[in-house]
Amino acid sequence: MSVSYNDFVIRFANVNGSGSASANGMFAKALFRMGIPVATRNIFPSNIEVLPTWFEVRVSDVGYMGRREGVDIMVAMNAETYDEDIAAIKPGGVLLYDNSAALSANRRRSDIREYGIPIAQLMLPEFKDQNQRSLFKNICYLGALAELLNIEFDVISGMVETQFAAKQKLIQPNIHALAVGRKYAREYLAHPFPYQVKRSTAVGDRIMIDGNTAAGIGAVFGGATVCAWYPITPSTSLAEGFEKYAHQLRVDKTTGKNKFAIVQAEDELSAMGIVIGAGWNGARAFTATSGPGVSLMSEFLGLAYFAEIPAVLFDVQRSGPSTGMPTRTQQGDLISAAYASHGDTKHVLLFPSTPRECFDFAADALDLADRLQTPIIVMSDLELGMNDNLSEPLSWDEGRVHDRGKVLDAAGLDAAATFGRYLDVDGDGIGYRTYPGTHPEKGSFFTRGTSRDEYARYTESPEIYGRNMARLQLKWQTARKLVPQAEINSRGHAAGIIYYGTSASPMQETIDLLSEDRIAVDQMRIRSFPFGPEVEKFIDEHDFLFVVDQNRDAQMKTLLVNELSLDPNSLVSILYFEGLSISADTIREQVQTYFNQNKLPRLTGVKS
Amino acid sequence: MTFVAKPRVHHPLLPINDIGLTRRDYEGSVSTLCAGCGHDSVSAAVIAACAELSIPPHRFAKVSGIGCSSKTPSYFLDKSHGFNSVHGRMPSVATGANLANRSLYCIGVSGDGDSASIGLGQFAHIVRRRINMLYLVDNNGTYGLTKGQFSATNDKGSTSKRGVPNLYEPIDLVTLALQLGASFVARSFSGDKRQLVPLIKAGIKHHGFALIDVISPCVAFNNHSGSTKSYDYVRHHSESVTKIDYVESGQEITADYEPGTTEDVEMPDGSTLRLSKVDANFDPHDRIKALQYVQRRQSEGEVVTGLLYVDPESPDCHDILETIDTPLNELDFADLCPGNAALAPINQSFR
Repeated sequence: MSVSYNDFVIRFANVNGSGSASANGMFAKALFRMGIPVATRNIFPSNIEVLPTWFEVRVSDVGYMGRREGVDIMVAMNAETYDEDIAAIKPGGVLLYDNSAALSANRRRSDIREYGIPIAQLMLPEFKDQNQRSLFKNICYLGALAELLNIEFDVISGMVETQFAAKQKLIQPNIHALAVGRKYAREYLAHPFPYQVKRSTAVGDRIMIDGNTAAGIGAVFGGATVCAWYPITPSTSLAEGFEKYAHQLRVDKTTGKNKFAIVQAEDELSAMGIVIGAGWNGARAFTATSGPGVSLMSEFLGLAYFAEIPAVLFDVQRSGPSTGMPTRTQQGDLISAAYASHGDTKHVLLFPSTPRECFDFAADALDLADRLQTPIIVMSDLELGMNDNLSEPLSWDEGRVHDRGKVLDAAGLDAAATFGRYLDVDGDGIGYRTYPGTHPEKGSFFTRGTSRDEYARYTESPEIYGRNMARLQLKWQTARKLVPQAEINSRGHAAGIIYYGTSASPMQETIDLLSEDRIAVDQMRIRSFPFGPEVEKFIDEHDFLFVVDQNRDAQMKTLLVNELSLDPNSLVSILYFEGLSISADTIREQVQTYFNQNKLPRLTGVKS
Repeated sequence: MTFVAKPRVHHPLLPINDIGLTRRDYEGSVSTLCAGCGHDSVSAAVIAACAELSIPPHRFAKVSGIGCSSKTPSYFLDKSHGFNSVHGRMPSVATGANLANRSLYCIGVSGDGDSASIGLGQFAHIVRRRINMLYLVDNNGTYGLTKGQFSATNDKGSTSKRGVPNLYEPIDLVTLALQLGASFVARSFSGDKRQLVPLIKAGIKHHGFALIDVISPCVAFNNHSGSTKSYDYVRHHSESVTKIDYVESGQEITADYEPGTTEDVEMPDGSTLRLSKVDANFDPHDRIKALQYVQRRQSEGEVVTGLLYVDPESPDCHDILETIDTPLNELDFADLCPGNAALAPINQSFR
């Protein structure tokens, strides 16, 4: 029997609330600690107990971290979902299940291998407590997998010890449950197992972290002092991440008091209002939410755009519309975030692709908000925000300080010939602001959502209103020069593929798969909105372009067509919107179809 | 009509306060509200109170929502920053502003539509959060800018200008604030400057959330005979249960009250509230009795005014959150960014 190493997809099918998450997490972490690249995906229900839940780990020594179609090893621990779980296994793959109850004949597949372990029966004599028996079932299959896949036992038992460091008495029973599973697998199951692991160097110095936590840490380093939020999946862990690390890193050593304030608001409207009030008063402030929250925050986003107040919003997107699939991923909020609120309003968006970029963009967003005096929306998603992803380590450039933008202090006001909050002194559309309480005589102004002149005085003058709106448009042009540039890999091919956010995960694999089909495409990863000149250039330089969107309505394509005045037919959409993350197989298939239908020429000779 | 600056001519006999300023230094631009509007009296009382407290004008932050009431921060304290935000959402903006800089005196101005209708949720939650601010409601029971619709504080049976009665129950912000834990609750009348000015002074100096619900008649739409928010009605049906004098720390207390009827409430900053009870049965330190008293008199058609409840010892939001004394907006880069070295153990914890 042939054995493949460090290259498979394993999926754990469990019941929500059965304690499987920690066992499955340990499995992924063990491989990671053996130096093998892993990508984890938690496919969970909007529920606390009983509904089915899945945890998928893609193991890939070459570093393909996108979701792959089909499952090689199915650990089927939920009898309720046997049918769909068994159907998901690729031919030649493995079904690992608890055969304490026999699998009915009609569920059997001749093209897969069955590994039955009587887990419930094994646990019965080992643990007296019903709760423990149930919990340790998860640890038992972990032990069996360790044996079958050749996971270094020290790594996995060491992990149990760190995981339960605070609950010492749980360590021994956990290690015992591991040993029971391992012993059964060694004595009774067929060897060699077709999918195995071996120590690798492919991980390098990378870390395994979820994007929300990384963004929360980024907000600490970026100098946020006020966080206001309202709980909503999948953004909640971002505010919690900020809270955890602020408590570690931002408590005054002498007084024990906090150099930050976190408020769980009564709703998203209030969360955004608090951020705007704090931003107006000179604190760096942010909130985190998801699509439904963005809808509620729209009124305030319009105010912050028009009154020119710094604010940072993390939109960890989930499947809409409405409540949609609240625990599934999507890139569905681009249009609603870009143009949130009534009137001529548009907002700067940043699109992180990795946890490291969540960290970087959190600090960048806080800088850009102060520099541009406007809301900055960081468009993450559930896939990036809530799953542990392999990431470059977090790093802060020692020379970097916070950019607080154009703020006049008392001395600056005394030195200035005149002060008008909305005077465009520098010709970039951005005025100078003052914080309340700065100067006894100078620099006070009245902030409002109504129209005003350069000195912040209320006006209904058509000319002054028009001048102000034109200045905001000029500021938008300034933003184009300041936001993170697109990442471009151009080798002079006629075709180009444009993508953003988590569509980056499957991209290298996509490019490799397409080269098997003798199709070569240049790549551009958009990292911000408004689009910089490099985006226009890339589009100009290619004969035909694909735009990958994880939504139904081709929202990035719409932004490109709308903002760059493109012919809609010049961009071909690649769409996926069913709530899982997009796979290389999906992108490849849609690109292939387009090439075939349009009889486009393939590469000849060696691939570029 | 857009913006009209007030001419800056000081009358030579205007009193000068402890920091060398006159009342004129606390004024704003010319009001664009209707002549006789109660809100202008409230603004005048704010100006008088701030001047008498001798707080530098730029140390205030003014916030408001939308409506006639919310325009008024333009008409006082033009040396301080103001924020006229969105309808019903002033409480959240005030929360953020106060979190960012705890050293400023925050004055919020709202109306009955702004706080009791569209903003009732935010009102309730800012009371719970105990933000240290003075929250003034210019309460006229009507929507003036949209020409006289009933607001949620309008009494059931009270009629519109055209004689149509209001069919719905009123929301009372005073009893709501008492229920939700406000540590300073008062009601006043825009026509009673003698009562209102000391209340505003005390509310500004109070550590914690201070609500003053000011009945402030709308001369354009709600000042007729069928209205319970008219000058006439309030003059004939209001009952002041407490009188207060605000005494700065170190200032001599020269009382002209009868002995036994007054009580001195020490404020955390050393100042004193001299409180005299008009009704001996009323206890402004007992939240439940205050609630019962106000509700009973309300059911009899009376408007109870004065300081209704005060607890000078209660914590504010910063106390609850244990934030540092330095305003958060004054923390510098070194305070805020732990630097690259702090990332090494963090990275290690994710390996």
